[in-house]
Amino acid sequence: MSDNLLMAAYASRLGDNALVLGQRMIELVAASPELEEELANANFSLDYIGQARMFYTYAGECEGVGRDEDDFAFLRPEHEYRNLLLVEQPNGHFGDSTVRQVLFECWYLHLLEALTRCSDEGISEIAARAIKEVRYHLRHSSQWLLRLGDGTEESHRRAQQSLDNLWKFTGEMFSPDDLDDEMRAVFNGPHLEIIEAQWREDVRAIVEQATLKMPDDQWMASGGKQGRHTEHLGYLLAEMQHLQRTYPGATW
Amino acid sequence: MKQEWPLYEVFIRSRSGLSHRHAGSVHAADDEMALTNARDTYTRRKEGVSIWVVRSDKIVASDPKESSAFFEPAEDKIYRHPTFYEIPDEVENL
Repeated sequence: MSDNLLMAAYASRLGDNALVLGQRMIELVAASPELEEELANANFSLDYIGQARMFYTYAGECEGVGRDEDDFAFLRPEHEYRNLLLVEQPNGHFGDSTVRQVLFECWYLHLLEALTRCSDEGISEIAARAIKEVRYHLRHSSQWLLRLGDGTEESHRRAQQSLDNLWKFTGEMFSPDDLDDEMRAVFNGPHLEIIEAQWREDVRAIVEQATLKMPDDQWMASGGKQGRHTEHLGYLLAEMQHLQRTYPGATW
Repeated sequence: MKQEWPLYEVFIRSRSGLSHRHAGSVHAADDEMALTNARDTYTRRKEGVSIWVVRSDKIVASDPKESSAFFEPAEDKIYRHPTFYEIPDEVENL
């Protein structure tokens, strides 16, 4: 793979994580328990969609065959999406969404930090912009986990259950595939083992402060990075893409 | 019946050198949430560089019923305004 195509694939994968998570969070619009929380969630989801736009646009430039952000978002089928399984998981109840955000954002923040130090200027600039947003998102989501875990008996029980249920989707964040290896070799990309250690430390601190228990090591699901998804992604994409699929090129 | 979160008043400093001004209020379950809610509600369009939040019920306010006793006596005290001085021409920026 040429360096340009390598970067295109890597940037597009980062875009997939951001877009799928942003679209998931958009589903919660008008469903928040409080107006202020509603506004925060909508802002955060738009932050993620904004990041996806930057990553896709850059992927299109690197690829050099004329695809733009919309082509990446609206015209690729499920198996071409390479996002982590974690971000496509349904919103569930508030504890489920909160735990998903904490687990992902802890990882994403360290990944972006590592990307600001990579040798490709395009991707490091996007990472530097995204990092400020994600640092704030994590602050918000981890505070919620503290309130839920250290809240009532029921909120504690449900938050622990969410944590145990979603844990199996964290493994693939740290298992490098060929793309991760090449990214590291060619562009001084992120070292996933180091990120795993940082992530564990951060997550443990939040989980323990929330009086919750770190889940035991267990079987880990994987496949998102190779385009093999859980049953949930197809529905998400169908809803997101149907307008462009039905009326190609539609604008308003 | 739904129990409402307490109300907080939000004060925002729009840029360095200016003082904080009342921007509005937010509901929040605790102080930390009040700060983030204020940030997410009132500084989305670069309105501020600093935020204060304070529980609305912690504010001691003057009673509107007493406003005549509180404020009207100042109305006819024009000598409290520094308007009776000659300002030398050399003084600028006053």
